[in-house]
Amino acid sequence: MSEDQLYFDLDMPIPETPPPGETPEPWGQTNVVGKRLARVDGYERLSGSAVYPSDVILPNMLYGAILRCPHPHARVKKVDISRAAQIPGVHAVLDAADPDADVNWFHGSGQRPKLFDSTCRFEGEAVAAVAAETPYQAHDALKAIAVEYELLPFVSDEREALHPEAPLVHEESNLVGEPERYERGDVAAGFAAADVVLERSYRTEAELHTPMELHGCVANWDGKDLTIWESTQGVFGVQFWVSRILGLPVSRVRVIGNYVGGGFGSKLQPGKYTIIAALLAAKTARPVKLFLSREETMLTCGNRPASNMTLKAGVTKEGQLTAMELNGSGSGGAYSGRGVSLLDWLIKDLYLCPNVRTELTNVYMHTGPARPMRGPGHPQGSWALEQMMDELAEHIGMDPVQFRLKNIPTTSQAREGNPPYTVTGLKECIEEGAKTFGWQEAKRQTAQSRRSDDPIKRGVGMGTCTWVVGDGGPPATIVVKLFRDGSVNLNMGASDIGTGTKTVMAMVVAEELGINPELIQIENADTGTTQFATPSGGSKTVPTESPAVRDAAIKVKQQVLEMVAEENSVDVAELEYLGEEIAFRSDPDKRVKITEVGGLQRRGLVVGVGYRGPNLEGKAVCPFAAQFCEVEVNSRTGEVKVLRFLGAHDSGRVLDRTTYDNQVYGGITMGIGFGLTEVRILDHNQTGKLCNKNWHDYKLPTALDVPADITSLPIELDDPEANTTGAKGLGEPVTIPTAAAIANAVYDATGVRVTETPITPLQLCELLAESRKEG
Amino acid sequence: MKDDFDPKNCRCKMGMTRRGFLKTVGVSTVAVAASQQLATQTVAAEQELKPEEMAKIALVVNGRKRRLLVEPRWSLLFVLREKLGLTGTKVGCERGECGACTVLVDDEPRYACLTLAIEAEGHEITTLEGLMDGEKLGPVQQAFLETDGYQCGYCTPGQIVAVEGLLRVHANPSVEEIRRGVSGNLCRCGAYPNIFKAVQRAAELKRQGGAP
Repeated sequence: MSEDQLYFDLDMPIPETPPPGETPEPWGQTNVVGKRLARVDGYERLSGSAVYPSDVILPNMLYGAILRCPHPHARVKKVDISRAAQIPGVHAVLDAADPDADVNWFHGSGQRPKLFDSTCRFEGEAVAAVAAETPYQAHDALKAIAVEYELLPFVSDEREALHPEAPLVHEESNLVGEPERYERGDVAAGFAAADVVLERSYRTEAELHTPMELHGCVANWDGKDLTIWESTQGVFGVQFWVSRILGLPVSRVRVIGNYVGGGFGSKLQPGKYTIIAALLAAKTARPVKLFLSREETMLTCGNRPASNMTLKAGVTKEGQLTAMELNGSGSGGAYSGRGVSLLDWLIKDLYLCPNVRTELTNVYMHTGPARPMRGPGHPQGSWALEQMMDELAEHIGMDPVQFRLKNIPTTSQAREGNPPYTVTGLKECIEEGAKTFGWQEAKRQTAQSRRSDDPIKRGVGMGTCTWVVGDGGPPATIVVKLFRDGSVNLNMGASDIGTGTKTVMAMVVAEELGINPELIQIENADTGTTQFATPSGGSKTVPTESPAVRDAAIKVKQQVLEMVAEENSVDVAELEYLGEEIAFRSDPDKRVKITEVGGLQRRGLVVGVGYRGPNLEGKAVCPFAAQFCEVEVNSRTGEVKVLRFLGAHDSGRVLDRTTYDNQVYGGITMGIGFGLTEVRILDHNQTGKLCNKNWHDYKLPTALDVPADITSLPIELDDPEANTTGAKGLGEPVTIPTAAAIANAVYDATGVRVTETPITPLQLCELLAESRKEG
Repeated sequence: MKDDFDPKNCRCKMGMTRRGFLKTVGVSTVAVAASQQLATQTVAAEQELKPEEMAKIALVVNGRKRRLLVEPRWSLLFVLREKLGLTGTKVGCERGECGACTVLVDDEPRYACLTLAIEAEGHEITTLEGLMDGEKLGPVQQAFLETDGYQCGYCTPGQIVAVEGLLRVHANPSVEEIRRGVSGNLCRCGAYPNIFKAVQRAAELKRQGGAP
């Protein structure tokens, strides 16, 4: 995937939007932006009054459930629904034989198999569905459906998928296209010029998104109109695919997702459940609620694929990288082409290196399709790159911080034409982060800890990152209405997935219009009432939407100023918009209150429609970060305790400091999971099935696993070229270098390199025992 | 984490911990036995109830008595959300792992997904909605607002109820006690550091007699 093809586009046509108005000057002193503001929808989320899609209850509503194939690879020979249809409370049973179910699903990678395909290529593939009066009855009905499967051989380990005898997932090879190749400079010459060349293999295990709210929706038909309340990161993607799959006019499909209980990339697209709920609702002429079980989401709603990486890197003794070469492989499961998406991006782009070659091999296997997960490819690549950087630094006797500072790029080397970054905050992130963390002092202390007899060892580690996008861009359309009493309505298509989008946008309006954010009501994420927005993902929502919000607010302001100018027979340039009132430059004593503007009073409201302008051509806008951590390792038990973390992030201008800090905490927490606890365990040899499809066996970090001491250190550098608010993405960078920083800290504490995630006590114990033997 | 917390010497009833999950299972076995007795009385010692047969029960939820017909297998979670419309209580796993459905049963945090509605009869049930002070946020909710102790907000009702339960027996918990008190409540967004702050703030607000 090139950096221009955005993974969240979902193969849907992305509309163009008109250009915005005149580019405003960057904000100088701000009154609201950059401060701390409690979430504007906090009351709803905390009182229980927020209606999440899973909370929707409609009169006469039925409950849907899906029967899923329990095998990784099987042919459905016979489905007998006769008993299920007799279960009390059951209103509909749907299977492949039903003409209503004769629709084609999309799998992202161009494949359009039937909704209930006769070949199930992963455990959890949908086979049939039911709707009943209660979810209990629906599950009774599922149990009563008799399916005869022909079991087929499977491969559920991507490392085995290209073996000549490996069963094929599709008719042709398990190789998904040709390997992706990239090359710049002269890699052989680069290695020849190096004083130290290292080659290491790394592996990261598959991670599951598991947002707290389950995947699913409520579907309701009103004549020809279909309304869907879906737990989604983007209502317009759901609308597009539902209308396409069911052959409905876009205007007849309304998707509402005012709240969503987390997504992390797994809710950028609709699910088969969306289509099935709509079909069941049509069949029963009743609203249908269809939310998956936790187990089903773990099987079918995506993952961050496991990756296998061999990285070779050369460095001079002065600390200049001379060449890097990466061979990576992975699998997006049975359908997705996303097995190795962006796995090599950091290796190509993060550090200054003239000679780079990468090759990525993507294969099919019999597991649930991958979906983008928070910084696709990046935490995996970081796991390899950042450990390699530390090892190179050690070989040339240089501090890891100093070594990285010697390799700061000012251009985006991986992009065509090597464009300069508008701002590279990497250096400042590393320097300021190290200073605030107390890196040098901490290193001194951990060196002492390593020499002591105490089995509890301390270590510090760091890692840095950039994120391929995070610049945002068109399209974005925002409607801001100023009412005659000075209150405001903000209308936006984008979802707030918990990152604080609504709060941030309210602050932008409040800043521009000089009003109290409490006067702003927000309507969002409803295809029936808001304008097209791309799904909230890719750390692009703030830099995409906030300039359009600013544009809309400015347009409101201009109209009000024109009214006042006309009513007072002065030039617009004479006037200054101060929020609640308008001042006259020529007469410092003269003021007109907003509520006294005749035009506004007569019309009742002024509407501003804002758009997002294109990004500057020939420049790259990217966030940067450096994270630092301290860990304690029990060298007897292999337990790792994370004591403290610091995230120094250059994401441009901070719009809301409150939600900004919370993103940093959350990203680090998720990174702790990736590094220490999370692994999708597949029974490769016996059954091919997922062994830990629940939160008891798939371990998320709990309140006992994360440090209370996490410092968020924004590195705010002016980036006026980025966009008109100067903000860049944050939600993904915050989780990219975390796991690698922990691995580096574990090395600092123990002298053991853990090259495979997660760093479990078992794995670390074994490695420590080996290292003692080698002595 | 400093291990200064000694469960043996702690007389407090803690929030639902992940380890405490096993304990809960034990407790609910007892509760099932007790409620079977209750149920038996309710249906006048007839034969055992079939799954699809409805039992008449009365639940005291947020101080109000609600009479219901339920299937014996219905969870308290299902009844609260889908029958009483109290959707503040969230559903995350339906198998006692995440805590999104935490409610107070007689002041003690319990997973509503692992509690049958019929076992809840005769107990005081408090949900997120019951922690409101009229239209105003209650002290724990207010504390979560002030400290941004949430992101997507979906685990939050469970966190808030667990914290309420913790503070009812432990007015001034240490950070370690707070961690344990909310360790039965997963937050995938990772707002934990702010949740810890929220509990401290909530304790403060409660001492001052409620939200400002």
